[in-house]
Amino acid sequence: MNEIWIPVLLVAGIGLIAGLGLAIASIVMAVPKDEKAEAITEMLPGANCGACGYSGCAGYAAALSKGEAKPGLCAPGGAETAAEISEFLGLGGGVSIEKKVALVHCMGSYDVTSDKMEYQGIQSCAAAALLAGGITSCQFGCMGLGDCAKACSYGAIEVCNGMARVDPSRCRACSMCVAACPKGLISLVPYTKQAVVRCSNCDKGADTMKVCKIGCIGCKKCERTCAHNAIHVTDFHAVVDPTKCIGCGECIEACPRHCITMLEVPEERIS
Amino acid sequence: MNADTVKSLVAIFLAAILTENYILNKFLGICPFLGVSKKLNTAVGMSIAVTVVMVISTAVTWPIYTYILVPMDLTYLQTIVFILIIAALVQLIEIVLRKFMPPLYNALGIYLPLITTNCAVLGVTMLVIEKGAADPTFGYVQSLVNAFGSGVGFLVAMVLFAGVRERLETCDIPKSLRGLPITLIAASLVAVSFLGFQGLVDNLLG
Repeated sequence: MNEIWIPVLLVAGIGLIAGLGLAIASIVMAVPKDEKAEAITEMLPGANCGACGYSGCAGYAAALSKGEAKPGLCAPGGAETAAEISEFLGLGGGVSIEKKVALVHCMGSYDVTSDKMEYQGIQSCAAAALLAGGITSCQFGCMGLGDCAKACSYGAIEVCNGMARVDPSRCRACSMCVAACPKGLISLVPYTKQAVVRCSNCDKGADTMKVCKIGCIGCKKCERTCAHNAIHVTDFHAVVDPTKCIGCGECIEACPRHCITMLEVPEERIS
Repeated sequence: MNADTVKSLVAIFLAAILTENYILNKFLGICPFLGVSKKLNTAVGMSIAVTVVMVISTAVTWPIYTYILVPMDLTYLQTIVFILIIAALVQLIEIVLRKFMPPLYNALGIYLPLITTNCAVLGVTMLVIEKGAADPTFGYVQSLVNAFGSGVGFLVAMVLFAGVRERLETCDIPKSLRGLPITLIAASLVAVSFLGFQGLVDNLLG
């Protein structure tokens, strides 16, 4: 019988000693946990996108619990999360963050513009932008190599026909793509139905016409058409003020270049 | 400690790094080698953690084997006892790190618990015993030096391969080979290059 019991007892004994040692160590060297921060981490979406400026959700939660950060910095969580956290921290309501969506201010697909070179380098916009102002003939336009799509944690950006597009139903407005685009074509706009100028070309009309079939030439037709003073031409291209735009679509009708479109936003976002 | 002993210890250390490299010659610990070698800093962090665990586990398992298992004629329990001790030690190191070195603890993150099941660590503890059985002069000190050398060898392999992978990122690779296939091919080439060290240590210090 000893042939069985001695090994069993030996292994059990070593296990027991190791277990007791760990139990004592975990008590002696216990690290006080920040329960407040952990509770806040639970409330945050857990996307770790970094839009708040902290290293992930846990970092933001730690800063919140110490009072170093304000609620409302979490773009993916939106107003609901901000309200929940400010209530938890006893800051009361009154925290409102506007719901936003990312928009690519360019429609330069291969149908309307072309590349000025045959690019075979590293497949990244950041690298391609270093070559003679980018590979597209329009120096302001989307190069379609997908740095924004790679930066997106939610699969909301798709590059097709040399042009990046944002799916508003998937976008969480974390602004990672805004930082990733070397051309600065992406910005966050309010999540409402509105007219948007999807062109960023600041060249004079004649130069724009040479490189793109639908580039904004700064003709000011939209500015004259708009009854709400919501669209203005500066630096030879039109910009919509989303706070004034009511989404009537008059400017879209008026635009001879068809570079203004209506931003359609779905009611529900896909989680 | 005379000159011969020092020379043999240096030989053991160099052999563990170059000719008996755990990843590139014995093909143990391939999982972290492929999984954590994408970036240089994580590769270094993982390697340091593995080195520490290798040395401490050998320091504990060698006396347990020699002074408990051998006299009681229970050497067949080697694997299970060693696994038990390694797992407990990794947990203990995790607790100690969290208390005294939080930045390192955060940097290592999930890699620390993963070392528990790293076969390179178990391999080191078991192979030093095998070596001790074959060569009576291979004692406790030699085992510890071998374990430390194995950890450094792990570090060397990880750092080399992280460099290779960082260069692969910017290469124009055929579509069918992108991702894991080219990584495995690169790993095999690095392993083949380490064959070039065969015989180096014996001739250097022999």
